[in-house]
Amino acid sequence: MVKEIEKAGITVVQMANLIPVAKTVGANRMVPTISIPYPLGDPQTPKEEQWKLRYHRVGVALDALATEIEDQTVFEV
Amino acid sequence: MKKGILYLNQFFGQIGGEDKADYAPAIKEGVVGAGMLLNNLLEDAEITHTLICGDNFMGSNEEEAVEKLIGFLEDKEFDIFFAGPAFQAGRYGNACGLICKAVKEKFGVPVITSMHEENPGVDMFKKDVYIFKGGDSAAKMRKDMPKMAKFGNKLLKNEKIKGAEAEGYYPRGIRLEVFLEDKTPACDRAVDMLLKKINEEPFTSEMPIPELDRVPIAPAIELSDAKIALVTSGGIVPVDNPDKIQSSSATRWGRYSIVGLERLGNKAEGAYKTIHAGYDPAAADADPNIVLPLDALRAYEKEGKIGSIHDYYYATVGTGTAEGEAKRMALEVIDYLRNDGVDAVILTSC
Repeated sequence: MVKEIEKAGITVVQMANLIPVAKTVGANRMVPTISIPYPLGDPQTPKEEQWKLRYHRVGVALDALATEIEDQTVFEV
Repeated sequence: MKKGILYLNQFFGQIGGEDKADYAPAIKEGVVGAGMLLNNLLEDAEITHTLICGDNFMGSNEEEAVEKLIGFLEDKEFDIFFAGPAFQAGRYGNACGLICKAVKEKFGVPVITSMHEENPGVDMFKKDVYIFKGGDSAAKMRKDMPKMAKFGNKLLKNEKIKGAEAEGYYPRGIRLEVFLEDKTPACDRAVDMLLKKINEEPFTSEMPIPELDRVPIAPAIELSDAKIALVTSGGIVPVDNPDKIQSSSATRWGRYSIVGLERLGNKAEGAYKTIHAGYDPAAADADPNIVLPLDALRAYEKEGKIGSIHDYYYATVGTGTAEGEAKRMALEVIDYLRNDGVDAVILTSC
């Protein structure tokens, strides 16, 4: 999915927990999430904390879209 | 009698399903579940212990999981290590590859697993681990386990290994010296190959170059006037799943309007839920925004960090999905993205 979108010339960032898988598959811009069943908000934590985490990581993903890269890149969160 | 140890995930280790995917690493004496089959197939060896770890635990706490599992093995004597088979299960394939690689590095024993060719674990670990070509689902257990056992028996007896193709594992990229039965020298074989190539006849290289399927990197975008779309393989759909997207091995996808929505409502509100069968749905059903972060993206839209959010989001299910199907669905989605002038995509996966 991510590869076809990029092949079409649309800039794409993948947010995923299993970054090594995303890398192997061939995503170019990647942002790690915190888990598989709850990528962007741990239900054990207060809503406010979940929001902060999600807002932060989506921000990193947006900045990734605005960053020129030369190789596959995992953006730090 | 030689000794072997087997790694299984929570499902095959009989701990439970997706709700137990966070199960912490454990070791059990003897065989569990699918281990019985392996134990029966080994000729002069027995499975003395079984390692079990939940797929999500391994995926999210890789270092801790591997360290604990390796710790369990430190006082054990064993001659061989097995994991899986993992079939087409991506997280399980990742786990089998990780633990096999770690065991091989730490204890120097042969490590064997099995995966379907579309399991991403194949490309990640085939260089380090004997990965046998396996089926796409657990229904193939009785075909895949014997392949692992047969090769294990061979290694334990120190029999000569014939290389990837003859044995049935994925090529590891290691050059293995073999003497051909017909003793045709290399120079003759090379000339034969060249002649075939010149005559446009099919031929098989003895040194295939691994293919890396990479796509050119798309350029950075100017966020402040960009239209951003959200796409997910995490199975977030309106509660009635209007497009009847399958819970695994999906061939369908959906396009859902988010015009005027500040965030995705949850299942209890009759709004959105996940239909993905590859992870515990509880958290995503309670708050779908943790998979499809519409609320956070809206905040950035309000702040003016991005131009706008595309009026629709796109969803399918990424577990067990065949590569060919994923590609077709992507191309269908891309038509809409292009027509609507989308500049960039955030794709979330579980």
